[in-house]
Amino acid sequence: MNSNATTTSLGTGSAESSAPRRNSKRPKYSRFTQQELPACKPILTPRWVITAFLLVSVIFIPIGVASLLASRKVVEIVDRYDAECVNATTKSERVKYIQGPGDKTCNRTLRVPKHMKAPVHIYYQLDNFYQNHRRYVKSRSDEQLRDNHSASEVSSCKPEDTANGNPIVPCGLIAWSLFNDTYSFAINNRNLTVNKKGISWKSDRDHKFGKDVYPKNFQNGTLIGGAHLNSSMSLHEQEDLIVWMRTAALPTFRKFYGKIEEDLQANDVIHVTLKNYYNTYSFNGKKMLVLSTTSWLGGKNNFLGIAYLSVGGLCFFLAMLFSLIYLVKPRRLGDPSYLSWNRNPGGH
Amino acid sequence: MGEDRNFNIRHSPVRYTQEQEKQRCWKEAKGSVQLFFAWSDLRRYVYINDDDLVQELYCDNRISNRKYSLFNFVPKNLWEQFSRFMNQYFLLIACLQLWSLITPVNPASTWGPLIFIFAVSATKEAWDDYNRYLSDKKANEKEVWVVKHGIKKHIQAQHIHVGNIVWLRENDEVPCDLVLLGTSDSQGLCFAETSALDGETDLKTRVIPSACMGIDSELLHKIKGVIECPNPDKDIRRFDANLQWACGVAVYTGNETKLGMSRGIPEPKLTAVDAMIDKLTGAIFVFQIVVVTVLGIAGNIWKDTEARKQWYVAYPEEGPWYELLVIPLRFELLCSIMIPISIKVSLDFVKSLYAKFIDWDHEMIDQETGVSSHATNTAISEDLGQVEYILTDKTGTLTDNKMIFKRCCIGGIFCGNECGDALKDVVLHGAVSNGSPDVLRFITVMAICNTVIPTRSKSGEILYKAQSQDEEALVKAAACLHMVLVKKNANVLEINFNGSAIHFEVLDTLEFTSDRKRMSVVVKDCQNGKIILLSKGADEAILPYALSGQEIRTFTEAVEQYAQLGLRTLCLAWRELEEDEYREWSLVFKEACSALVDREWRIAEVCQRIEHDLEILGVTAIEDRLQDGVPEAIETLRKAGINFWMLTGDKQSTAIQIALSCNFVSPEPKGQILITIAEPKDVAFVIDGWALEIVLKHYRRAFTELAMLSKTAICCRVTPSQKAQVVELLKLCEYRTLAIGDGGNDVRMIQQADIGVGISGREGLQAARAADYSIGKFRFLTRLILVHGRYSYIRTVFLSQYSFYKSLIICFIQIFFSLVSGVSGTSLFNSVSLMAYNVFYTSVPVLVSVLDKDLSERTVIQHPQILFYCQAGRLFNPMTFAGWFGRSLFHAIVVFVISIHAHGYEKSEMEEVAMVALSGCIWLQAFVVTLETNSFTILQLLAIWGNLLSFYIINLIVSTIPSAGMYTIMFRLCRQPSYWITMFLFDSFLLELKSPSPELIVFLLYPKGILEKFFITEQTKHVIANWMTCLILAILWCNRGHIGYQH
Repeated sequence: MNSNATTTSLGTGSAESSAPRRNSKRPKYSRFTQQELPACKPILTPRWVITAFLLVSVIFIPIGVASLLASRKVVEIVDRYDAECVNATTKSERVKYIQGPGDKTCNRTLRVPKHMKAPVHIYYQLDNFYQNHRRYVKSRSDEQLRDNHSASEVSSCKPEDTANGNPIVPCGLIAWSLFNDTYSFAINNRNLTVNKKGISWKSDRDHKFGKDVYPKNFQNGTLIGGAHLNSSMSLHEQEDLIVWMRTAALPTFRKFYGKIEEDLQANDVIHVTLKNYYNTYSFNGKKMLVLSTTSWLGGKNNFLGIAYLSVGGLCFFLAMLFSLIYLVKPRRLGDPSYLSWNRNPGGH
Repeated sequence: MGEDRNFNIRHSPVRYTQEQEKQRCWKEAKGSVQLFFAWSDLRRYVYINDDDLVQELYCDNRISNRKYSLFNFVPKNLWEQFSRFMNQYFLLIACLQLWSLITPVNPASTWGPLIFIFAVSATKEAWDDYNRYLSDKKANEKEVWVVKHGIKKHIQAQHIHVGNIVWLRENDEVPCDLVLLGTSDSQGLCFAETSALDGETDLKTRVIPSACMGIDSELLHKIKGVIECPNPDKDIRRFDANLQWACGVAVYTGNETKLGMSRGIPEPKLTAVDAMIDKLTGAIFVFQIVVVTVLGIAGNIWKDTEARKQWYVAYPEEGPWYELLVIPLRFELLCSIMIPISIKVSLDFVKSLYAKFIDWDHEMIDQETGVSSHATNTAISEDLGQVEYILTDKTGTLTDNKMIFKRCCIGGIFCGNECGDALKDVVLHGAVSNGSPDVLRFITVMAICNTVIPTRSKSGEILYKAQSQDEEALVKAAACLHMVLVKKNANVLEINFNGSAIHFEVLDTLEFTSDRKRMSVVVKDCQNGKIILLSKGADEAILPYALSGQEIRTFTEAVEQYAQLGLRTLCLAWRELEEDEYREWSLVFKEACSALVDREWRIAEVCQRIEHDLEILGVTAIEDRLQDGVPEAIETLRKAGINFWMLTGDKQSTAIQIALSCNFVSPEPKGQILITIAEPKDVAFVIDGWALEIVLKHYRRAFTELAMLSKTAICCRVTPSQKAQVVELLKLCEYRTLAIGDGGNDVRMIQQADIGVGISGREGLQAARAADYSIGKFRFLTRLILVHGRYSYIRTVFLSQYSFYKSLIICFIQIFFSLVSGVSGTSLFNSVSLMAYNVFYTSVPVLVSVLDKDLSERTVIQHPQILFYCQAGRLFNPMTFAGWFGRSLFHAIVVFVISIHAHGYEKSEMEEVAMVALSGCIWLQAFVVTLETNSFTILQLLAIWGNLLSFYIINLIVSTIPSAGMYTIMFRLCRQPSYWITMFLFDSFLLELKSPSPELIVFLLYPKGILEKFFITEQTKHVIANWMTCLILAILWCNRGHIGYQH
């Protein structure tokens, strides 16, 4: 549209008017529109890389050591009892035993290896139990658990939604399969009190399980799953259920059973009397009883400590390796002779 | 210009010639145009000024460029959006999600993003359409004067009907196609500007039909008649009005105007990157199907063997008939996020940003004219960075198109050879003042053999308006030699020679066409009544028709000599006609002009009959200077590995000369230029239009091979359609082509090429209008390609690969989780997280990080070789994608393994583990984006870390809602030291990815110089690729056609 540059415009003005109009389109200037915002351009030079690696190792190794120490301080007693508590060798016999009537009491003895500071947490651990299975994890009704008036909200609970034509409270596979082994502990014939209060999340008790919701029509169906519930206690107080309803993400998991609120001395022998009710035999699941103290990092878990130490160590090793390479065979920064078209004339 | 045409006016059957219609245009402030019709059997009869008849027959003058109306917007827009495969796929997924048996998450997690993305697209469409509506409305409501029932009335433009008489004042825009009936000019002339139609800013003359000549303006109100004309079509040519007033009768209105009919919808162009994204999407889709099938089968097996034993799952003994399908479908839904739903919207967004950057760039504003660059097509910026061939026009593109008369050869005497400027040549001036007849005839031809319109400025100066810059240069030169073209009144020319006026009557104008390559006028000398034919044209169009016996060797030599200097040559010739000969010929000519079939061809044939036995007067040489910075620009772009082809209508020697002077070909000893083989790789060839035609017809294969070998080619004497053919040829060889030109003859080539660049120059805006990008000067091409194109490419490449990466990582985690959840298709993440992850957490930082500049603009321009990497597509191909694929797999493994180990046993609560894994992904993303960013502006820092912060804020807020699944989860986690320690561990693994790979070793051996980054990146990808051999093989197999492409 620059035709007017030499010929100039006509008196009629028709050509003239177009030029200023285009000029007014001149875009505004700003650093953003010109892509000239101030920017920092870090370049990963050898020094930077070596420094970064050293820094990582300097930070990670102490954290790893601290985590590992914390984990080692935790005293943990793990006792697998599913096999020993059944007097049978084949799977079908075990299943028959667990499903049959009769006394299922089982006695176990545990030795405390080290001093265990109160509170000692009691967990049961299940193995090969898929609480995260899609059919299982969805089979619950949060509305029903929260609110007394929503007892009939059982549509998501199939197949454990109704029994004898009435809705089950609490409905669903999760509640139906509630773990029902029980443990009692004694040292030198002195019973240890197990505190089962406060084992569930406070937020669950306060907001997810209603104070006025009572078990109704529970375990009344043709198939009995797990534990029965005391129908005179509101769900809000049924902490075992609340704990169980927090489904685990992995097929091996531990659930909080209770706390022993006294120190256990090293070499103490604990007698455990347990009721072996829960059927893990049909799917070869293991059952374990776990007594554990805690640290600032949680229970016994060496994973973080080892991971930190190995990452830190590797970084340190790499830092050393790179320094060595850097010292032995240094290279000038930005040496154009290394550019591919300089090394290989003619480009691609 | 005008066309002979029969039409009748009722009551007075008179034959008219030179009918005109006018045309309106609504987008430009100045209007308009005119036209010839392509003949058609369907005709329309326009009843002039007949208010009763006009109303209902044809549409009114309301124009509408709108795509939608208020009512059809929703269905039409939805239909358009769903015609894309990707959208159909997502809709299918979303519908499947409504089936609660198989849906892993709340259907909202797919519907939400889907609706969001649809809403964004629809809003954009609606906004564009609303703007079109506004501009239509403005044009429709423009007030015009129209005669109704014999009275002039002021009405809105939209109410004009066919047959209405429209009054226009000076500088009015023409509201619809009009046939001119009368003007204020005594001779019925009017001048039209046609810039809105063809971009030409010179004025064109339009004349009223002779039957209407002299009708008083009052009488025109009462005129009645019928115009017979074809139905509306879209063959546009030029015209319009420019006087105190003019009036015309409306023949075509509204969307039926010529301009309305000629509006085409441009075909959307697909960039190489887009094509690659489509291919990779296809590959991912195949991968997804494989994963789904494998997991589906595994799930069914697990169900039948294991799940039956897991009594608490309570599988029924007998399932419904579709039971086998349930688990595969669940996995299909779970894996549907593998294909990033937001990639299209993100790409649209960043691409329009690239286009804006081009529009805004102050360094690409032509300081001379203030024209800024403009990206008309916002979707293809990244292709600019992959250009392999540039096909350029010469005149006006490489050169200034500012013609200056430099030398001439009159009857064997060379003028201007000594001082370089004929107008300063004393000999020539002497000859003029002596009245040498040869010289006088020569400058007379220069002055009158043209279509230049002289006008007077207010100060009385004479100004010339010409369609051809060459003609203008000649007329100006003649004026310097005292032969001044003063006036052109209708058919009479007035020339002032040394103070005395000479009059010529123009009898006929034999117009210039690119086939004839010459133009002639037949004039009658008013002094002595002699009829003379004056011709000018290209040497091969004039010299063969010389009077037999005339020595033309000097002229051939002159032409050759001038061409060697890079000057444009024209031969001037002259012949006195016998009265009888002229009269006879004139009749045939008139007949040809009014022919309705093959008119152009017949006119050419008739012209041939008179243009012979010419007396050659001499040769003019006009200089067309190279634009500033053209040689530098071409050198830089050639260094960047871009091959240049010059396609010009000029002579071979002129073209070669220009090519030499702008670094097109390396200078070689004369004579070797035609086929220069400097080194095996640097082949250049020159071919002319004739040869090209034969070659394209018969030796296509051989020529294609030559084309692939040659870095440079010069095609001279080529026609516009040949230009387009050459582009097509290169495109067929899978080269990315860019065509740049400035004139109407380049339009076809520009539209044909992958990228069309128009120079908004002296030859009008036609090219710029048809092009994807318009720039003010050729030298801006360097910046357009090296800076904007390259950045766009690198940014798009990052964005698209990253989009796949982030979708894949979350999908892999879901797949791993399903392996520990009994292959039952449980989703680890809840619906809110999944939705927010795609739409929010991962999109904002990466959208902002497209502002990244990997290397400074200066570095790129100094080292144009850097562009190799973009051209070869080395930053985005199945290999690099495999790298990102491997990265996402690796990161998913890291996140999953660390999450389940750090949060195992008593901490393995599902919501918590999910949140740990999600936080891990978000942290990794922040670091990946940081690592991939080269220069951090405040915006990027804000986006990356602000996003991380907002992730926590959002999740903390959601954690306060008791009914949400993740109630209190985030508070619990944030209080645990182990959570934070885990997060740090995630980030260190990012370092792990970089460190154990040879990448860092390479960093040390070859620290990042200017560009080593790319070298390193390549290495890394290979190493990652090795880890992933199997998966890569699958992807490569899907893209096996493409492997050879990336060197």
